[in-house]
Amino acid sequence: MTDDVQILEAVERYIRGEMDTPEKEYFEQLRTSNPEIDQLVVEHSIFLQQISQFGERKNLKSLLNETHANLVNSGQIREEAPKVKVIQLVNKYKRVLAMAASIAGLTALAISGLVTYFTPKSNPSEIAQLKKELNAVKISQKQTQKEISTFKNAPTRPATPGKFGGTGFLIDGKGYLVTSAHVVAKADSIYIVNTKGEYYKAKTLHVNDHTDIAILKIIDKRFEPISRLPYGIRKVRAELGEQIFTLGFPRTEIVYNEGYLSAKTGFNGDTISYQIAISANPGNSGGPIFNHSGEVIGVLSGKQLTAEGVVFSSQSKNIFKALEVIREDSTAGTIRVNSQSSVKGIDRVQQIKKIEECIYNVMSY
Amino acid sequence: MTTDPLEKALLKGLAENDRKATETIYKENYNMVQSMIINNNGSVDDARDIFQEAMVVLYEKAKSGNFELSCQIKTYIYSICRRLWLKRLQQLNRYQTDVGGVEDSVPVEEDLEQQEQKNMEFHVMEKAMMGLGEPCRSLLDAFYLQKKSMTEIASGFGYTNADNAKTQKYKCLSRLKKLFFAQYKNQVV
Repeated sequence: MTDDVQILEAVERYIRGEMDTPEKEYFEQLRTSNPEIDQLVVEHSIFLQQISQFGERKNLKSLLNETHANLVNSGQIREEAPKVKVIQLVNKYKRVLAMAASIAGLTALAISGLVTYFTPKSNPSEIAQLKKELNAVKISQKQTQKEISTFKNAPTRPATPGKFGGTGFLIDGKGYLVTSAHVVAKADSIYIVNTKGEYYKAKTLHVNDHTDIAILKIIDKRFEPISRLPYGIRKVRAELGEQIFTLGFPRTEIVYNEGYLSAKTGFNGDTISYQIAISANPGNSGGPIFNHSGEVIGVLSGKQLTAEGVVFSSQSKNIFKALEVIREDSTAGTIRVNSQSSVKGIDRVQQIKKIEECIYNVMSY
Repeated sequence: MTTDPLEKALLKGLAENDRKATETIYKENYNMVQSMIINNNGSVDDARDIFQEAMVVLYEKAKSGNFELSCQIKTYIYSICRRLWLKRLQQLNRYQTDVGGVEDSVPVEEDLEQQEQKNMEFHVMEKAMMGLGEPCRSLLDAFYLQKKSMTEIASGFGYTNADNAKTQKYKCLSRLKKLFFAQYKNQVV
């Protein structure tokens, strides 16, 4: 290896003319006597020529690129968009275009001719039939109208179960409820029904899709206000691992479930909701999440489909936010919310007995 | 050979890598080439490629010493670009019989053949250089292309003395030569 390097060095020095006379004479002698050395000299001179050309070319290319950029910047040459091209293409393909157009025209004519030829001629009897049908429609419409008017006078109870069902709970005995925004989204009218089977009509006061909270007001005169709710709404954040329970209407019957708070944030870390572990089904949405002392810490909003047992609940602070917004609007009466729970420290069965009459099945039509 | 002394001076400047001369030639001819290429299905980038290629041909021509340019620089560049573009179109299978302007052009086939050979050699060297790892590539680049002295290189690359750098350089050189000739012999012979 070192020998090779030394020979290479000698060859290069020889080609570059860096040798003094005696050394050069010695090297030339070596070259004539040893054809390998001679070969090496020839090869290396080709190589040196190549590498210097390579260098020149590289410099030139970078100089050209620089020049181009400079000239474009100073506006002495401009890079124009190909605007003439379109016209050129049209000119080029004029004949093709003309032929295509005439073929298309002929085809269109032929098809329309065929269509007119094969279309059956309409006859007057069919028109008469249509008229008859129109009369029939008129009659049935009249009947429907009659039905509607009788229905209007009937007691307020919807004929069919709602399009969407969910759960709601009172936050003020005067008739204000909280439910999930998605339960009442796109609702024309809302009915709520309690565990005793009493129906009331309600309307939405406020909907926040972001926090998934909706505030409803019962607008039925038959509703009798409740003086004091058994539970309160918790203002501060809930703690990790707190035992929780919920009441809701996944069926027409009220259903109890319990679990625990698994994370202080919701889906993908969003801070407006909690992750809870509880069994929830469609219809549980909007249901209150109580802690062990019967304080509402959240409103059940949904579950993650891609994971097992992951349920989310909107945090109770969102209820207060919603109430603030309503207060600012001020057209509605003031809504008073309990913060103290009166079912604290009593047996769960007794708690539920007191709470359940304030939980409603929300049906939106 | 072009008779205009001004053009002669420009070519001389180009051969000596003179910035001003290069810029002048560039400025006076680029727009013409660009409109020719754009009017014949090319893009701005194509125009730039082709034009710069033509500039390289002109440079080699000027550098060869015996200026055999029998026409104006403009005509020569136009002819080169026209040939190059026709060839490119054929390679892309966008058949086009002519891009026009035959009467304005001069025969350049011979020059282009030479150019092709040189392009090939350039690519072989480029590939060989790329095949070389660091610090060999930078070392050889500094010595042979930037023509720095061994002492400069030794301090720049952190060798203790010029002799160490020199030994390293020869080791790199013999590797580069191997890479280069492996390709070169295949393609040239």
